[in-house]
Amino acid sequence: MDNVVNATTYDIRALDTLGEEFILFAAVIGVVLLLRGGKEEHGEVEDDIGSDLVRVFGALAIGATILVGLWLVAFGFVTPGGGFQGGVAVAAGALLLYLVAGHDEWSAFGNEMLLDPLKGLGAGGFVVIGLAALVAGMPFLTNFFSGGNVGTIWSGGSAGFVNWAAGLEVAAANLILFAEFLEEYIVPIARRA
Amino acid sequence: MSFLPYAVAAWVFLVGLYGIVTSRNLIHLALCLTVAQSSTYLLLLAIGYVRGGGPPIFKGVKLGTTAVDPVVQALTLTDVVVSVTVIALVLALALDVHKQAGTVDPDEIQEMSG
Repeated sequence: MDNVVNATTYDIRALDTLGEEFILFAAVIGVVLLLRGGKEEHGEVEDDIGSDLVRVFGALAIGATILVGLWLVAFGFVTPGGGFQGGVAVAAGALLLYLVAGHDEWSAFGNEMLLDPLKGLGAGGFVVIGLAALVAGMPFLTNFFSGGNVGTIWSGGSAGFVNWAAGLEVAAANLILFAEFLEEYIVPIARRA
Repeated sequence: MSFLPYAVAAWVFLVGLYGIVTSRNLIHLALCLTVAQSSTYLLLLAIGYVRGGGPPIFKGVKLGTTAVDPVVQALTLTDVVVSVTVIALVLALALDVHKQAGTVDPDEIQEMSG
């Protein structure tokens, strides 16, 4: 691990980051609760994305953005980046799906059935990695193995997996927020039509 | 140590605060809150700055190289996350207010309830 900011966030002060992650968790639950109701079935939503150019370059941009996001998560402890930053980039890539493909394609992916378990997995994974250190006889969230030379993907040890847990949680949380606000926007339009 | 970043942080904070105080729209108010909060990023990074310091990423760097403080940078990351959660909740509340009162102007809402 040679990115000290990442080491601080996911290793030395990982307990604080755990709390931060649950702040995000609680806030998303709060938004979902505030915006609940009014989700009657809506019919076909008109999406007029006629341009093939938008679709082609949009598809390329989706791949590129998600790839950058995954790279930020995977190598966050080597180069600038980390779970939070990468998670946001992955979420942005997934949002592009709505922009270039339309609402129906988006909702196949951007629904609670898929995102809620992913979010839980991210938050739970963080805790499980922390507990794994406890099982190994070390304090909670200790970085319990380190292999590989500085600058390689293995140099992060278990903090590398903490990065992945945070990335998953953040990406899912952002997408849930987007889906909730979008629902508020789409339903009135469908009602008007 | 230059005072410029602190001055800019104070200015950004005041601009955000002015927006909050004079806001006639809850969405606008939420964005002003974000502007005010952005000043804290600048403040934190200014505190951690060391003249001539490089980024706190030590790969292929000689031992004893000066670098800026990584702890406040990690704190800034926390700050950004808090900012996101706050604006998500405030916007959700604004949507709810619009549903209940039919307006996002704080003054009109008070007139309705009073």
